Amino acid sequence: MKIKRVLLGTLTILTGNKLRSGLTILGIVIGVAAVIAMLSIGQGAQNSITSSISNIGTNLLFLSAGSESRFRGGGGAVARNIKQLTMADAQALMDPFQAPAVQAVAPILQAGNISAAANGQTTTTSVYGVTSNYFSMRNEVVSEGAIFSDQQVNIHARVVLIGADLATTLFGRTTNLTGQAIRINSQTFTIIGVLQSKGGTSMGSSDNQAIVPLTTARDRVIRRTSNYVDTIYVQATNADSVSQASTQISNIMRMRHRVAVGHEDFSVFNQQDLAQTASSIIDVLTIFLGGIAAISLLVGGIGIMNIMLVSVTERTREIGLRKAVGARNRDILIQFLVESLFLSLLGGVMGILLGWLIALIIGQIASASGTALTPAVSLNAILLATLFSAAVGLFFGIYPARRASQLEPVEALRYE
Amino acid sequence: MDDIVIRAEALKKIYHMGEVEVQALRGVSLEVKRGEAVAIMGRSGSGKSTLMSILGCLDRPTSGEYILDGEQVADLTDDQLASIRNRKIGFVFQSFNLLQRVSALSNVELPLGYANRPDEGKGRAEAALRAVGLESRMKHRPAELSGGEQQRVAVARALVNEPAILMADEPTGNLDSRVGQEIMDLLFQLNRARNTTLLIITHDPRIASQAQRTIMLRDGLVEENIQ
Repeated sequence: MKIKRVLLGTLTILTGNKLRSGLTILGIVIGVAAVIAMLSIGQGAQNSITSSISNIGTNLLFLSAGSESRFRGGGGAVARNIKQLTMADAQALMDPFQAPAVQAVAPILQAGNISAAANGQTTTTSVYGVTSNYFSMRNEVVSEGAIFSDQQVNIHARVVLIGADLATTLFGRTTNLTGQAIRINSQTFTIIGVLQSKGGTSMGSSDNQAIVPLTTARDRVIRRTSNYVDTIYVQATNADSVSQASTQISNIMRMRHRVAVGHEDFSVFNQQDLAQTASSIIDVLTIFLGGIAAISLLVGGIGIMNIMLVSVTERTREIGLRKAVGARNRDILIQFLVESLFLSLLGGVMGILLGWLIALIIGQIASASGTALTPAVSLNAILLATLFSAAVGLFFGIYPARRASQLEPVEALRYE
Repeated sequence: MDDIVIRAEALKKIYHMGEVEVQALRGVSLEVKRGEAVAIMGRSGSGKSTLMSILGCLDRPTSGEYILDGEQVADLTDDQLASIRNRKIGFVFQSFNLLQRVSALSNVELPLGYANRPDEGKGRAEAALRAVGLESRMKHRPAELSGGEQQRVAVARALVNEPAILMADEPTGNLDSRVGQEIMDLLFQLNRARNTTLLIITHDPRIASQAQRTIMLRDGLVEENIQ
């Protein structure tokens, strides 16, 4: 009964001055909406990057020539006389004694911007020369036809698997293409399968690609001298052995290339590294943006405090009267706290809705411009925003409420 | 049962205005019987407002004893004083002091909200409004009522918890003399009908003359006690 009375009284006060209440709430609405929008966009970016990294394959490591500092652009010793990776390196990594954590190895040749022509159409595409175990490592699955066999690799077969986008560009369809001829770099190949679309555009999971046997690629498309390869993909036995595999690969390569620790002329990345780097960047951005948004929430809280102080002054006589008819200090305190709490919570709820709306709109804009970003409004973000706005209401309400409750009844009644 | 409802002994109240000490009350002793109607008179500065604040438990004396309706109240805590005000005292102010945003009925219900008893709300508030002759105006807001009607609402609010004492501080100060007399008649009638002790603070001798007894204050002391 008492709670109902306090709430009703609060409603009467707040609806009695709608413009003022509305403007006070607006500060909180904007703050909470900004926090929600920022957190959900950050979460969406996180999700999309994580999923595109895991699309690459499972438990993968990437070995490439050149020191890490070349890629990361910072400090560290730069290796001279960089040795290219070779087929022999790939062979060595399969050694079950020196590299027990390695499950599979796939040497790769790759080149972009290779011309591809078929069905009277011409386009450019990325060509990968791979061995047959590449497909399972990269989670590449055919939607039609079959992958090539070890034997086809051995005999330098002129066969190709094409990506879904390339198929659509050249033939206008992704089905019924097996057996068709395609000219890649002016060499005729036979299509033996179409790769299932992986979607997404980042991290090399493009669907505009042609995959041919490594041997054939070296002969006819990419033309590397002797046994050189561009990259070696290594699959660890399981998720826990990825870092072991990384160490084993480095040891073997240091021995083979005769370089000391710290002077590597090769570098090893793994998926977790990529995912962690990407998500830590996004975390920092999210915290940064969320922090800026939180500042506006703070400003909204100060707005509440300001209005509550004005309200206490305006209602001094009312407070005196309430005390004269029996209100205890606590009753007055609660009355004013409930008012500021109500303002901030109402602002919080409206802010969550507005933030959600902003996140949706940004998601629409992102997908319209071809970026795979789906803002995710998490329950955590909502709880956080609600708690935070309630805390703002309490924190900034407590001072005005205390001031009201400590008023001397005699003084308050005489206040003009 | 003791029929003395107010017993004050040597009440002193000293205010400190910076370095200066102001003795608002310099030892006031008085007794009021249950059901009595007493006027407290005095020029401004005589200490009558201070006395009213202390007798109304809005303030504490610097020294002295005060027993209200059998309870020693001189050194109670804020919360205990609030409870005494709620249960034992009804105030009527010169400037009505109604909440402008809510109806007459809600104004009258206000003290019930601070009482620690189960909610008998509406019935009691309506009865109090009937007792002051405003049964047809319950849903009106103060702004829609005349001055006299507003003061009647204030009287109803003072009555709603059935207090032992009704304290009226210049209740007719903001009203013209005819309406003021109506309010006085109402207060005296309630005093007689309910045996509620009535304390009226006034500077108007015509009003004071209608009370059974007048206490004259001068310079913080009781000057005369006219029966």
